[in-house]
Amino acid sequence: MIRIIRHSLREYKIPTIITMILVIFEGILECMIPFTIAQLISSVRLSDMDSIRNYGLVLVLLAIASLVCGAGSGMASADAVTGLSRNLRKDMFERIQSFSFENIDKFSTPSIVTRLTTDVMNVQQSFMMIIRMVMRAPVMIIFATVMSFRISRDISMMFLGMIPFVAVMLFIIVRLVMPVFRRAFRKYDNLNASVEENIEGIRVVKTYVHEDLEEEKFKKASHDMMANFTTAERILAWNAPLLQLCIYTVITAALYIGAQTIINSQGLTLNVGGISSIVVYGMQILMSLNILSMVFTMISMSMESAERIEEILDEEPTIKNPADPVLEVADGSIDFDHVSFAYGKDSAEVLEDIDLHIHEGETIGIVGGTGSSKTSLISLISRLYDVTGGSVKVGGRDVRDYDLDTLRREVAVVLQKNVLFSGTIKENLRWGDPDATDEELMEACRLARADEFISTFPDGYDTYIEQGGTNVSGGQKQRLCIARALLRKPKVLILDDSTSAVDTYTDACIRKAFRESLPKTTKLIIAQRISSVQDCDRIIVLDQGRINGIGNHEELLRSNTIYREVFESQQRKAVEENA
Amino acid sequence: MRKQNKKPKTAMGWVFQEIFEAYPVLMPVTILCIIISAGISAIPSIFMERIFDVIETGLSQGADWSQLGGRILSYVMVLGGLYVFSLLIASFYQQALAIMGQGSLMAMRNRMFASMQRLPIRYFDTHKHGDIMSYYTNDIDLLRQLITQVVPNALMQGTILVCVFFIMLYYSIPLALIVVAGSVLMTIVAKKFGTTASRHFMANQKYMGAMEGYIQEMMNGQKVVKVFSHEKEALAGFVDISDKFYGESRSGNRYANMLMPLVANMGNIIYVIVAFAGGMFLISGMGNLSLSGSAFSIAIVVAFLQMTRQFSNNITQISSQLGFVVMAIAGAERIFTLISEEPERDEGTVELVNATEKDGVLQESPRRTGLWAWKQPGEAEGTATYEKLQGDVRFFDVSFGYVPEKTVLHDITLYAKPGQKVAFVGSTGAGKTTITNLINRFYDIQEGEIRYDGIDIAKIKKADLRRSLGMVLQDTNLFTGTIMDNIRYGNTAASDEECIAAAKMVGAHSFIAQLPNGYQTFLTGNGAMLSQGQRQLLSIARAAVADPPVMIMDEATSSIDTRTEEIVQKGMDALMQGRTVFVIAHRLSTVRNSDVIMVLEHGRIIERGNHEELIAQKGTYYKLYTGAFELD
Repeated sequence: MIRIIRHSLREYKIPTIITMILVIFEGILECMIPFTIAQLISSVRLSDMDSIRNYGLVLVLLAIASLVCGAGSGMASADAVTGLSRNLRKDMFERIQSFSFENIDKFSTPSIVTRLTTDVMNVQQSFMMIIRMVMRAPVMIIFATVMSFRISRDISMMFLGMIPFVAVMLFIIVRLVMPVFRRAFRKYDNLNASVEENIEGIRVVKTYVHEDLEEEKFKKASHDMMANFTTAERILAWNAPLLQLCIYTVITAALYIGAQTIINSQGLTLNVGGISSIVVYGMQILMSLNILSMVFTMISMSMESAERIEEILDEEPTIKNPADPVLEVADGSIDFDHVSFAYGKDSAEVLEDIDLHIHEGETIGIVGGTGSSKTSLISLISRLYDVTGGSVKVGGRDVRDYDLDTLRREVAVVLQKNVLFSGTIKENLRWGDPDATDEELMEACRLARADEFISTFPDGYDTYIEQGGTNVSGGQKQRLCIARALLRKPKVLILDDSTSAVDTYTDACIRKAFRESLPKTTKLIIAQRISSVQDCDRIIVLDQGRINGIGNHEELLRSNTIYREVFESQQRKAVEENA
Repeated sequence: MRKQNKKPKTAMGWVFQEIFEAYPVLMPVTILCIIISAGISAIPSIFMERIFDVIETGLSQGADWSQLGGRILSYVMVLGGLYVFSLLIASFYQQALAIMGQGSLMAMRNRMFASMQRLPIRYFDTHKHGDIMSYYTNDIDLLRQLITQVVPNALMQGTILVCVFFIMLYYSIPLALIVVAGSVLMTIVAKKFGTTASRHFMANQKYMGAMEGYIQEMMNGQKVVKVFSHEKEALAGFVDISDKFYGESRSGNRYANMLMPLVANMGNIIYVIVAFAGGMFLISGMGNLSLSGSAFSIAIVVAFLQMTRQFSNNITQISSQLGFVVMAIAGAERIFTLISEEPERDEGTVELVNATEKDGVLQESPRRTGLWAWKQPGEAEGTATYEKLQGDVRFFDVSFGYVPEKTVLHDITLYAKPGQKVAFVGSTGAGKTTITNLINRFYDIQEGEIRYDGIDIAKIKKADLRRSLGMVLQDTNLFTGTIMDNIRYGNTAASDEECIAAAKMVGAHSFIAQLPNGYQTFLTGNGAMLSQGQRQLLSIARAAVADPPVMIMDEATSSIDTRTEEIVQKGMDALMQGRTVFVIAHRLSTVRNSDVIMVLEHGRIIERGNHEELIAQKGTYYKLYTGAFELD
């Protein structure tokens, strides 16, 4: 926790320090006030108007000073803690942006949302407690003890005796309650997860008429969680009576011992005002102890949050820019030199000894069953993952030598699991090229056969795409994604199963447009349908991470069994359908 | 439906009724205990005044401890006794609060969930799921703090205030008035700061929602962000929202943090004023006005100062919570709105019952017979007519719109005889999904009629109607639990063997058997560990176990590889066998095998017929089929 605070506090160090200084002053002032009050009371007792005025004035000044310190520290601490969480959010999000695909695969979306929101808020709360309370409580305990010693030694000794007792008791309560709370909060998370599941799947629930069943399930989980929280809160509920016990003891003892001292000394060593003040000091000490135990609880509760944040900040991006990057890609040629690849150090290799050389402007088809590593193969070209053995070259240079932005600008990938973002069609297309003119946008859409359906929308290119692209069909989404990639004007264009929802006719039109309009661009097309690749210059058949065959359609039909089988089964189906 | 004595009108009324109903004895007892305990903690001032009086008069008379000690000790003893009593009560009510707070929260949560379960689909389609979730997290949390902390504290502090106020009046009315005037001022300041803070916090909540939405969208598309080197833009967008959040959160915290020192020190200043006034009164010897009728004395002024402090401390405590109360009430209101939503209505009287057939006459059977019948209550009490469940579904001039202003389906007339397969084809937004939403009455039609085995579906009990309809949707939703539990979801009465048989029938068995724990594999997070195709197979198996005569299916468009697609397709085909099926088709093979194909456009059926007929028409279907459009 301290580490992430040190890391992300930055420009908010100043308000943090101001807060800490001001709360110390505030604590001292708060201790001086009861003392002055005691003086005031003895002035009242002596009916000495002058000293009432003097002490009153001092008290007013102290109150104003305390107000200024209090309000000042309040403002400064608000700036410091919200500033910390602002920086934390930014640091985390920035770190996530630097993640490679390998890093991204590690974290689920909901877990990242929780880390950036709830966890940051928890750390913020703890940090607030730390800077406002942790400094102030010990100062108050020390000062209050010193001040009360000045009033009465006997009564103060009693306080001192009580401090360890209270501290130990509070510590025991905290220790007992913490594991129960942890457990309870986990149950709480589970309960929320199941509510979410229910809301998402409400159609299924209603289809199978399981409202009652779901209610029973929920009630059970809800009861389970309640039982845990009740146990925790019942332990915590001893806190208040414990403190009350101490406060009451302080008051009664102070009254009795105080009265005795006053009378025995004939009001010389102590007066009634002193008793009032000493009671206040006693309460201040006890309250400070209580606050410390609360802070302790809060900090330990937010420890888990802090750890989850650290996990993100400590995650090292596995792919980084080289020290002296190449900023220019010469041409669209691609070379795989004996490449092997695995998704983790201990995982099995998914690509083995791939040796493949592609010329600029060539159109390459890639086919193969599930798990044949088609996607893995093309991921290496734009360095979405790094090879584990051998090397991948684009334009004659190892991809690891290039500046990442440069490489990815020249190698455009249309991912299999593609996403449009909320915003207009234009805004989505401009992801490809922020400076593209409207003509360029339309040209790209013409190539991707997206212009037709866009023009049927009432708002045309300004049609708003909902989050996740739910208001366009699967085929339309794929074509928009292709257009977006075309706008990069890349030297290499990779389509990873990007036309699966597009009909065969349109699919053919798109490929024809590519051939005619992008002769110099190297094109790689992954497809399930043989018809999508059969007119490629060369087709690669992948099987279990190895190249099983390379050649054009006719060659492969003759020489490659896998290719022939897939082709024939698809032909058969087509024939059956037309029968 | 649970019986309710009286339906509460306001959110807070509901909250307290909920607590009271759950704890009819404990709640009043606890309130009483809090009041007694508070009363006792207001008392020390009286004893202090008495003891101080003994000391002051004793000192002025030159008495020593042996003369005064006894009286002081007796005061201290009584005070101590009261304290012990108060401690016992406090220990009790603190425990009671923990139990009641959590218990009533559970009751409210359960009420909320039960109400939510019974809301129509429209509610879920028109509310953001994140917003509904926040009722269960943020708003319930606000209520928790309100019930277990703010309200008991306010009750305690309020009682102390009242007690101290009367004790003050008892001693001196003029001094009490000074304290009250000061306190009013404190409350005004506190209210100003508190409500400003909570206004910022509420605005904050809004940005929190926006931030969560943004993170979610960006994380789901993170790989696209990488591919387009869009990291800087993504970060800039995030920082933009995060900064707005920061702005509100900073202002809110500033006001909230300043409130306490401000109000507490105003209390100190009031204290000085009282001390000054008390001193003046003492010296000037002016007459006192008090309930006790006693004159000013040093003891009274000193005790009064003690009370001033107690009074202003409690005012500080109460007023610092004002802003929070505003927020908590807003939270309670949101929850109350949810539970007050009109539940799904059901005026149906026709039930689905097990039946036996003897000489062509249907009779109701208490056992599961495999033969089902619709039971229509007759005119006279206790009589009924029976109609065999066959799966004959007809639409007569059905028109429908999700909102009254916009009709999305126009005059749809169609029929599906038992065992027939009806395919819907058309572009996104043509109304395919809408039709399937109507058959099971997720939405009710505005015009026309839908008949199921000749019975108007509005007359059939919804639960029974839905039991007779299976559904396989594009988005697969699985539940936390074992694979077996998930399959059995279709029919809770099914045995393990029946579930496995269903899995075998749809082709899900082979992959399940390969999992280390087989059917006992525990799924979480919507079956995150399974592939898209496997999850679809499970949802098909789930429908197979339910074994309904009518199926509504939405074929998936997501790209799964050819082999898995084939398996899923086979599973779907197996499930369709021998049932009336409505299918939103994306595959030509499905469409071709259908008895009737409905081509939809802009909410109207523009072509209908079987494959050969439609091809011969050379209309839209022909164009679709020959590949000029995609099926979607």
